[in-house]
Amino acid sequence: MVEVKLENLTKVFGKVVAVDHINLTVRDGEFLVLLGPSGCGKTTTLRCIAGLEAPDEGRVYFDEEDVTYLPPRDRDISMVFQSYAIWPHMSVYENIAFPLKMRKAPASEIDEKVKWAAELLRIGELLDRYPHQLSGGQRQRVAVARAIVVEPKVLLMDEPLSNLDALLRVLMRSELKKLQRRIKVTTIYVTHDQVEAMTMADRIAVMNEGRIMQVGSSTEVYDRPENLFVAGFIGSPRMNFFDATVRDGELDAEDFKLKLTPEQARALSGMEGKTVTVGIRPEHIYTPDSAKGESLQELDGTLDFFEQLGSDTVLHVRVGGKLLLAKISGRYTADLGSRIKVLLDLSKLHIFDKAGRSVL
Amino acid sequence: MGVKPPSSNFSKLIPYLLLLPTLMYLLFFVGYPIVYAVKLAFTSESGSLTLSNFRSLTSDMYFWEALKYTFLLAGVIIPLQAALALGVSLLLYRGFKGANLCLYVFLIPLTISDVAAALIWYNMLTGSGYLNKVLLKLGLISQPIHFFGYAYRSMEAVAIVVTEVWRATAIVFVILFAGLQMIGRDYIEAADVFGASTWQKIRYVILPMLKPSFQSAIIIRTLFAMQVFAVVWILAGRDIPVLAGEAYYWQSDVRNPHIAACYALLVAVISIALGWMYLKLFKPRYLEEGR
Repeated sequence: MVEVKLENLTKVFGKVVAVDHINLTVRDGEFLVLLGPSGCGKTTTLRCIAGLEAPDEGRVYFDEEDVTYLPPRDRDISMVFQSYAIWPHMSVYENIAFPLKMRKAPASEIDEKVKWAAELLRIGELLDRYPHQLSGGQRQRVAVARAIVVEPKVLLMDEPLSNLDALLRVLMRSELKKLQRRIKVTTIYVTHDQVEAMTMADRIAVMNEGRIMQVGSSTEVYDRPENLFVAGFIGSPRMNFFDATVRDGELDAEDFKLKLTPEQARALSGMEGKTVTVGIRPEHIYTPDSAKGESLQELDGTLDFFEQLGSDTVLHVRVGGKLLLAKISGRYTADLGSRIKVLLDLSKLHIFDKAGRSVL
Repeated sequence: MGVKPPSSNFSKLIPYLLLLPTLMYLLFFVGYPIVYAVKLAFTSESGSLTLSNFRSLTSDMYFWEALKYTFLLAGVIIPLQAALALGVSLLLYRGFKGANLCLYVFLIPLTISDVAAALIWYNMLTGSGYLNKVLLKLGLISQPIHFFGYAYRSMEAVAIVVTEVWRATAIVFVILFAGLQMIGRDYIEAADVFGASTWQKIRYVILPMLKPSFQSAIIIRTLFAMQVFAVVWILAGRDIPVLAGEAYYWQSDVRNPHIAACYALLVAVISIALGWMYLKLFKPRYLEEGR
């Protein structure tokens, strides 16, 4: 197991800069998730680490060793492909044994390790089958077993759960995470699914347009997004955003004014008269009977729409010209268009400057 | 109430009506000649049923020679073509600058008829041909190399092999290259990641996954090899007899359609037998064990 370090990693395809001067350190034994929308460069980054893509600039290190131009076979890595890529002409046993065979392991060791990996992933009774006789979930397990059978230095996973149905995906999420804890391999996991990232990652690197927007634990990127992109990308329903002007200890959003807490006022002291973007998560906007916290501000609005999610309800509330989403726990029913009071938890505001950087 | 499908008698007939022209064509231009050939092979000139045609066929020295050479040529040419086509496919699959141009150049012989191909190579290899002139000019030889004439039969065989490889490797290549592109890149990249060398990738991943394409390519090439005629006839005449050439000889020169039909039937039977054998031999194991 190693520490993986990316230094100014850059990959260009034609005129498209897929990966743009990335710097990132993945700690020894860490489960790091590269999270971002499609086309953000996360898979290309992974492929550069695997050696399937040669970067145009920058370096890749495994501990102190520079592996930037080392072919994949010499990197001592494993990978779970999005398509699984388990070979159709080999049985499950042969598929899992392949990495060991390439490393010229003795037959007895191959047999022992294949059975160990198969037991770990509970596919022990499928060893004689061929891939086309397996379900999607079973194929996925074969792909993972093949990846862990050699105890690689780095385990790379490229959206390994995206082809599974919803139920199985949730199950495999926790299983993969537990497996990684058990074998303690440095893991880099690519996904566009924020729930997957939040539940599995030790740390998340949020990517957009070839750059890393923020690296942090799931609570860090959720509670303290460093920029507008991360704030908007993580969380569902999405964070509410609106523009406001800083004036006399208040945020003037035209339709309403929000009073700043002393701490916020201090942070914004140099921005008097400037326009900022204010963000607040739907779960920090309450109805009067679900309200909690101290620095609450009441706003009058009309109910535009609501979504019953079973355990929660998402209210779409129109306040002047702005639409705010509020997520409250439990059920809520009211006529559409009726008057409604909502309370904003001012201590939970996120404030971003014109460049989209968090100022709090 | 559910929607009922239209059930007029005419709509049921449509598939058959659409197939009719093809069926008619097959019946008159394939079915009838086959039946007629069988009849010719098993009847004497007087029209009575007989096996004497096959008896005189097997007592002819040329028949055994033709059988031998047909298989010998196929046995040399097909492996050569398969190896060459595979090599070029793998090279082009890897991709390099000018790969597309190479692809087109490689396909040119496919557009040339076998007669034209044989004539091109005859002119190239003949005593005063291009090859000998160049070699003489370079001083590599002092006497022209003879490729043609009964005395140089083995060289004639070489010329046939060269021409056939030049002419018909492209069809094998097209099938293999298409098959290669059907293999997902992921399968090959997975082999890369899990430690396979270039040779191991070919041996353990590419070749097994290319098996169905290999099967198609080799069946097609074998069937054509059993019918090999124009190239051999132009380059070697009856110096190197082949089955299809003998059929032509008996039909056109001897004017004995009965013996000619025997040859034609034999070519058909051998082709069918080989095709069946290949299907059995090459059937991918992993597909056979499925449902």
